[in-house]
Amino acid sequence: MHELTIALNIVDGALEEMQRRGISQASAIHLRLGRLSGVDKDALLFSYGVASEETPLAKSRLIIEDVDVVVLCSACGSERPIESFPILICAECGALAARVVHGEELEITGMEIDG
Amino acid sequence: MSEPRMVEVRRKILKENDLVARRLRDRFHRAGVQVISLVSSPGAGKTTLLERVLTDLGRDHRIAALVGDLATENDAARLARFGAPVKQITTGTVCHLDATMVERAVETWTLEEFDFLFIENVGNLVCPSSFDLGENLRIVLVSTPEGEDKPLKYPTIFNTADAALVTKLDLTDVLGFDLDALIQNIQLVRPGMPVLKVSVRTGQGITEFEQFLLKRRSTLESAPTV
Repeated sequence: MHELTIALNIVDGALEEMQRRGISQASAIHLRLGRLSGVDKDALLFSYGVASEETPLAKSRLIIEDVDVVVLCSACGSERPIESFPILICAECGALAARVVHGEELEITGMEIDG
Repeated sequence: MSEPRMVEVRRKILKENDLVARRLRDRFHRAGVQVISLVSSPGAGKTTLLERVLTDLGRDHRIAALVGDLATENDAARLARFGAPVKQITTGTVCHLDATMVERAVETWTLEEFDFLFIENVGNLVCPSSFDLGENLRIVLVSTPEGEDKPLKYPTIFNTADAALVTKLDLTDVLGFDLDALIQNIQLVRPGMPVLKVSVRTGQGITEFEQFLLKRRSTLESAPTV
């Protein structure tokens, strides 16, 4: 259970981005979360509520976009989805992955500001 | 009230732990110490392996070890018998080591005095995967009694490791353990990862494993300063 630490880092990161842009309040924070990141979505959503308490993000929502795993296939050389999680083999040709291209993401992609 | 406005941001979340780990890795590199962490389930044989490695590599190299557990100083006491500096990190209820615990534990050591620093993580196949400790090499141990499908059940820990070590190899026949299936499962979740095999009890594979560690150390020495 390390999602609370991560939620605190998301809140800190978002507040810094807001300050840089002169934004005082945001209604939602958008996050991309890869399936290989090792972070549990439900635990993170719960933790965000606690982590944002008594900050300018207290009433904000965390909107999470799941990122599926995409690998670079060692046989066909293309970027492909995998057959079934967590087995890192190319869904097209069944060869082992050379490396992971997507699925490890943990990044803020946007903030919603009330107009 | 008008429609909410969307502001685009691109910010990777660097966990506080990653920042400390980065600082540690830099410090380890400057001190010229090869830092190897061991992760596994409880009982896979991390401490037993370390006893053997401290004895063998300790003849020609200066070694220190950190051992993590929720409670007791048992592991540190076991390893201290081999004469190497050893520190126990007791985490209380925390299920993993983090970079700050490591930083605090090595605070009083002069790292330049060591060739190798081993970090034995808390026995756990889940949480340690998310915490970089600044190590150069992370080895995941899997013992034969645990079964062939551990890598499929706990992919993340295998994904964040640099090498896998199968332990308790002497039990393979007794258990009817399918070693090839385990190796295949490791490759499925972490293609290309080196897999080594040992039995500390019989000594099988120990030389190869220690050669692997020594080779990794020489690679580190020739690496450019970060």
